[in-house]
This record gives sequence, C-alpha cells and structure tokens, in this order.
Amino acid sequence: MAELKKELKVAALENGTVIDHIPSEKLFKVVEILKLSELDKAITIGNNFTSKQIGKKGIIKIADYFFKEKDINRIAIVAPKAKINIIRNYEVTEKYEVVLPDELSDIIKCNNPKCITNNEPMHSVFHIQDKEDIRVKCKYCEQVVTFEDIKLL
Amino acid sequence: MKSESLVSITDYSKEEILEVLESAKHFEENPNQKILEGKVVATLFFEPSTRTRLSFETAVTRLGGRIIGFSDASTTSSTKGETLNDTIKMVSNYADLIIMRHYLDGAARYASEVSDKPIINAGDGANQHPSQTMLDLYSIYKTQGTLEGLNITMVGDLKYGRTVHSLIMAMSHFNPTFHFVAPDELKIPDDYKKFCDSKGIKYYEHTEFSQEVINNADILYMTRVQRERFTDLMVYEKVKDVYVLKNSMLNDSKENLRILHPLPRVNEIAYDVDENPKAYYFQQAKNGVYARQAIICKVLGIKI
Repeated sequence: MAELKKELKVAALENGTVIDHIPSEKLFKVVEILKLSELDKAITIGNNFTSKQIGKKGIIKIADYFFKEKDINRIAIVAPKAKINIIRNYEVTEKYEVVLPDELSDIIKCNNPKCITNNEPMHSVFHIQDKEDIRVKCKYCEQVVTFEDIKLL
Repeated sequence: MKSESLVSITDYSKEEILEVLESAKHFEENPNQKILEGKVVATLFFEPSTRTRLSFETAVTRLGGRIIGFSDASTTSSTKGETLNDTIKMVSNYADLIIMRHYLDGAARYASEVSDKPIINAGDGANQHPSQTMLDLYSIYKTQGTLEGLNITMVGDLKYGRTVHSLIMAMSHFNPTFHFVAPDELKIPDDYKKFCDSKGIKYYEHTEFSQEVINNADILYMTRVQRERFTDLMVYEKVKDVYVLKNSMLNDSKENLRILHPLPRVNEIAYDVDENPKAYYFQQAKNGVYARQAIICKVLGIKI
C-alpha cells in the first residue's frame, strides 16, 4: 500500500507542467536550460522510458508552475519534439509541441574561437536560419552552425 | 537626423546602396566639402590596417572633420584587460562617429549595440568589411555605367575571401551572372551557392581559369591565394600559380572589361597587366575615399 501511494505521488499532478518526449540524452540539458535547479517547486524527473516516437525519452513534471511559452520554447534547440502538457485539477487542459523561436539568446555557445561572444563578457545570440533542418547563425560573427555541431553554454 | 551604424553590407537595402553610390559620385566631383566641420570622428584600429585607416582618415579630413583614435591597440587600455564594451562606451562620450577595425569576428556588431553613436565597421576579423564592398560596387558602377545584369567573374580564394562573399551579397540585388574560378580547396562555400539559388541568381563554377571565362567577363575580380589558409603546403604550392592573369590573356576580352583586386596583390596579376587600360585596381583603391565619404554622411544621417 505504501509503495502504491509513493507511485501515485510521482504520477499524478494536480496542477503544473509536464514536459514529455525529451530525448534521453538531452534531458539534463533541458533541466539546465529551464534553470530548474533554481526552482523551489516539486519536480519529478524520469529518464530512459520507452518511446515509440524517439526511442528513449525523458519526462519532467513540475508542480504548481507554468512557464511562459517563449521561455519553454528555448528547449526546442535540444528537444525539438518535446510536448508540453498543462495540468489543472488533474486534467490536461492544454497540450502543445515546442516551437523553435526565431532567435535564441544565451543558450548556444559560438563555435568560432575568434567570435566576440567568446572573448567579451556578453550574451550569445543566434538567429534560427532553418527550423526543419536545424541551422543557426551567430548574430555577431555570422557563422552558421548545423544541428550536430551546436554546443550549449 | 537619423543615424545608423554600418556593420555589414547586408544592413543596406538596394535603394540605400544606390543612394550611397550616387553620393560617392558627388564626392568624386567635389571631394573637399566642410560637411563635418566641428565633428569629431574616432578611428579605433584594434588591429593595424594602414590602407583602410588612411582611406577613412582622408575621407574625414576632406569633409572637414577632426580625428581622434589609435592605429594599434598595443598602446591602449585594452592591453590592460579593458573590455570592448568599456572602450566603446568611453569613446562614444567623446566622438560623433566611431570607425573601428577589430581582430575579432562580430566586434563591430557588438560595438553598435553598446554605443550610442553610430559605428562604421572597417573590418571585424574574417567577417565583414562593408566599406570595401561599397568601393568595389562603386568601381563596378562607375566603369560599367550600371550594376544590372553583369557577368562577374571571381578568381582565386573564394572560400575564405570575405571581399568576395560580401560582393556576392551586395550584387545579388542587381541580377548578375557569377563565374566562380577556384581550386577545389578554395571553392565557394555551399552557403553562398544556396543563397544564389534562393535569389534565382545564375552562377557557374570553374576550376580552370580559361580564355573563355575571361572573354565573357564584364568584371574580373581577382583575389590573392593566401598561404596561411592551407593546412597542406603541397596543395598551396600546386595552386598558387594556377590563377595568374597575364596581359596576353586579355587580347580577346570585352572592351568594357575591368580588372578589380582588393589589394595587396602578390603574383596573381602580372605586372604587365598594369599598363592595360582594363586594369582598374589602383583607381579602385582611390574610389575608396569617395565611397567612404558617402558612407560617413549616410551613417550620420547627412543628406547630400
């Protein structure tokens, strides 16, 4: 009985946000991007669940917290297929896939060692050139980076 | 008075490019005008570039402005660890306009964000050098009477040559046909081919610098094959002398052909070409002063 209770505690969310379909290897990047370590809400993180869509997936549940869409869309750079479920009173009231924004500030590290962003105390800014076949361009040095070569700060 | 920085040639629309070229023509006819009387212009050269600095300083001086600045960052507080942010904020308190060259890519874009005075990028690392592009455009415009529908042949280092890349972007407004002549090691990056495709611009790639390519050209844009770009020096030795323009190769070229080169040249244009009236690279450099006078006025929002 006690065990069952524990499981229920993890599974059910009265109010909050569930982030689903995160590629397993990117789960902790998502945690970082959303700065979850700074959040004092009940957070459940699960990883390596089987997913029909993406093989192995991670999932994050955050109680009593709702992100601004523009903030949560930042995770699309590592988890382009992630789904956001908004839970209110145990019901999924809203469900959407993240959308890559046109511009990403302070997430991606420029690969160019001679870029000003790697030499000054400043934010990096990347423009998204192609949202399908993900390609991003540094606002400053103008170098284009393809998805495989994207490094996060 | 609207003032805006010029960091990359793509900051300007087709109309704005044409406006600057018209104004460059005006300055060529009458270079000495006291338009900048009482204005202070800072030339901040974090990386030395004598040619570019002298050209800008001549432009400012002919416009009656005064210059402050440095030609070598080793004498400034950036060697003490001052950030670019702080240097630019400090100088923007003194000057009405900042012309800067920096060894880091993207430095000018960043400076334009932290400065409350306009910035002209005089070269940021391997990235952009828009005043060079503007003088290239002015040289083409002046010698051909138009920018529309020209055959532009670019020769040499098309992979790393930033003047080539910027010229492609700028000329894309004017329905050109490009011929890219380069060894495999230095051929034009795919990004620029994709860009041409997206704009419906015709381009042809050649590895041979053939007579046919030369005879078809309206503009022959020569560049230097730089030794330091090669990881394999055997390859450099192989390609360095392949694309050398000699006077005899110009016998059947078009009457209106002009040969451009951003300079300095090494051996890619033989000295016997200099005497040919189609050689235009020295006048091209002279056009730089007029193009820069025009850019300075545009950036400061001064209507000519």
